[in-house]
Amino acid sequence: MAIKARHKRFVLIGIGLALVGLAAMLILNAFQSNMVFFYTPTQVDKGEVPKNTGFRIGGLVVPGSLKRGGDGLSVSFVITDTAKTVPVIYKGVLPDLFKEGKGVVAQGKVGADGIFMASEVLAKHDENYMPPEAAEALKRAKEQGKTLVMPAK
Amino acid sequence: MIPEIGHFSLILALLVALALGTFPIIGAARGNAIWMGLARPLARAQFLLIAIAFVCLAYAFATMDYSVTYVATNSNSKLPIQFRIAAVWGGHEGSLLLWAMILSVWTVAVSLFSKHLPDDMRARILGVMGLISVGFLLFMLMVSNPFERLIPAALDGRDLNPLLQDPGMIFHPPMLYMGYVGFSVAFAFAIAALLGGQLDAAWARWSRPWTTMAWVFLTLGIMAGSNWAYYELGWGGWWFWDAVENASFMPWLVGTALIHSLAVTEKRGSFKAWTVLLAICAFSLSLLGTFLVRSGVLTSVHAFATDPRRGLFILVFLVVVIGGSLALFAWRAPTVGRGGKFAVVSRESFLLANNVLLAVAAFSVLLGTLYPLFLDALGLGKISVGPPYFDTVFAPLMTPALFLMGIGPIARWKQSSLPELAMRLRWAFGVSAATAIILPVLLGHWTPMIGLGLFLAFWIFATSANLVYQRLRGTEQSLISRITSIPRSWWGMVIAHLGIAVFTLGVTIVKGFESEIAVRMLPGEVAHLAGYDFTFKGVDEIQGPNYTASRGQLLVTKNGIVRTTLSSEKRLYTVQNMPMTEAGISPALIHDLYASLGEPLEDGAWSVRIYYKPMVEWIWAGCAMMGLGGLLALSDKRYRTRKRLAKEGDLTAKEALA
Repeated sequence: MAIKARHKRFVLIGIGLALVGLAAMLILNAFQSNMVFFYTPTQVDKGEVPKNTGFRIGGLVVPGSLKRGGDGLSVSFVITDTAKTVPVIYKGVLPDLFKEGKGVVAQGKVGADGIFMASEVLAKHDENYMPPEAAEALKRAKEQGKTLVMPAK
Repeated sequence: MIPEIGHFSLILALLVALALGTFPIIGAARGNAIWMGLARPLARAQFLLIAIAFVCLAYAFATMDYSVTYVATNSNSKLPIQFRIAAVWGGHEGSLLLWAMILSVWTVAVSLFSKHLPDDMRARILGVMGLISVGFLLFMLMVSNPFERLIPAALDGRDLNPLLQDPGMIFHPPMLYMGYVGFSVAFAFAIAALLGGQLDAAWARWSRPWTTMAWVFLTLGIMAGSNWAYYELGWGGWWFWDAVENASFMPWLVGTALIHSLAVTEKRGSFKAWTVLLAICAFSLSLLGTFLVRSGVLTSVHAFATDPRRGLFILVFLVVVIGGSLALFAWRAPTVGRGGKFAVVSRESFLLANNVLLAVAAFSVLLGTLYPLFLDALGLGKISVGPPYFDTVFAPLMTPALFLMGIGPIARWKQSSLPELAMRLRWAFGVSAATAIILPVLLGHWTPMIGLGLFLAFWIFATSANLVYQRLRGTEQSLISRITSIPRSWWGMVIAHLGIAVFTLGVTIVKGFESEIAVRMLPGEVAHLAGYDFTFKGVDEIQGPNYTASRGQLLVTKNGIVRTTLSSEKRLYTVQNMPMTEAGISPALIHDLYASLGEPLEDGAWSVRIYYKPMVEWIWAGCAMMGLGGLLALSDKRYRTRKRLAKEGDLTAKEALA
């Protein structure tokens, strides 16, 4: 009887470990397939970006580039890291703090025509605050010494 | 002068906290009654001093003293008084002061309601809380002093972030902090037990009400935050898996595991080491959460570069608290002894499974929140992990957890029989499975996720009904006396579990049946959504105390009958020149109608978003029920009448056998 109880305990522990292992696998798998990488406009220009999965780009909205579609809801604008630019199309209402000349982050995919189709546009909630990804893009462009235009204030 | 008084009391509070963190603990180790006796007066003195500092800072805000840097950066002369006071915790330094203040409140509460504890235990608990306080006060005084002067004084303040200018700001942070910091009591109990080597059922009974209390605050705090995000951010979302939210959700998950594990430790003497480990983890995650949200590390891991001392202090503090307590655990845990044995099918097993699932869920949130930060800090690239990851992980983890939740309370302690459980729950299973299939078909839309969500929600409803029915039937007494003869903590459990069901139902319905449109509207134009007609009545300009706003009104009609008017504002807060959207919401039990004004387009047209949110209010109603369940459990008479402890001991033994 005692052996049976011990046997049972081992089975229980075994099942428990198997389930925890399964959960860990599930988590890591979900993690890997849902990571969204960040790229700068320069990297987009060089074609260093994934073709079929979504990613994020960041930078400044080029002043004067914001245009609205006929329905008043689809918009297009251009993101720059001060070295290269990427045209973006987005259908939806822009966040409150979206402004030309300010930092912005967009998530989406690049189409065959080189236009970034954004599914989400983020501009964070503080006037003086630059989204970290946007700041990173400017920094990298500056480090590579390829700055062509000064960021408009 | 007033800010200096505040600063000075903080310094005195640090000295008192140092004394509180050393003398009572040494006294407990040496059996010195006088040193142990110092704990209570020191706890009170500490509270008084921190309260003075807090009042001084609030006074500086109320009187608009812009010679204090913190006031000048987080307030403005046009800011209404209630937000000027709430601005005390609107920034980094003030939040730390609120944290320290709430810690001293909990410390005093423990000193007041611990007369029944052994002297050494009480001395150790208060001592550990004193040590935590030392960390926070030292941090504030060294690198984050809220009383720092600005010379020359600013003419006016830079204003509180407009996003925070909302009644939610007055309640949400203090509630959340009451929860975070409340886990310090459970933590202190655990450390005291490890130091003293006394970890028995009595220990679990003492720490249970404190842990439940903290959990109630945390639950309600998260609920308030979620509701606030829903109406303030203007996209109709109620949870974003944002790092700030995750920071509060991790301690909640572990805290929920802890209150269940404590129940087993109290009733059956099992899970002792695990309970202690959970108490340590719950508080460690609270600390981590506080610093994640308040240090600026989320904005940029390089934010510390502006003041590296801050980052270093935080890292050292976290390492000392978490590392130190885990080391103590590793050293002392083997001495706590083993608990009662239990079979593979027993209530203990079900609770263990629930605990493991909650812990794994907390780990998955931790991974998703911290991993991107680590990568960034190590310069390995920037990634983000959004809602898809958390959604993918949570559905398979919470499904078994909610399923087991229906069985656990019905299973017997120690040994239960699967066939018997299956017999007893077959109707509950049938009812919930049938509902999961039929209800969505009636509502006109069936997906596996809707079916699963409805099944789980109705499974908990049905098993709870079965549980209550079995417990109430069969005696000669009147129904009222049968209801009142059952301990309130049991009713608390039932209501909290029903809260989970209500929450699950709300989430399932809103995710499965919500709809939205974004349209360009001219005044007089009509948009259609979910059977309602929304007529745009145009926009008028209004003037707020510190903002100007365009207010757009939508007249809502159904079949020509006027139902309500939604009024949404586009505000411009003048000091920071920052735009904000105020959503117009018509909340109801069945569904919310939600509108938010987008941007002005040409010819007086506006872009407008309209959302149809069925049963979204049930999400918060479910959270409120969880909180209510916790409060009911706290009001159980065994926590109030300390003198009857011996008698209660008999009673719990009986319950355990029942």
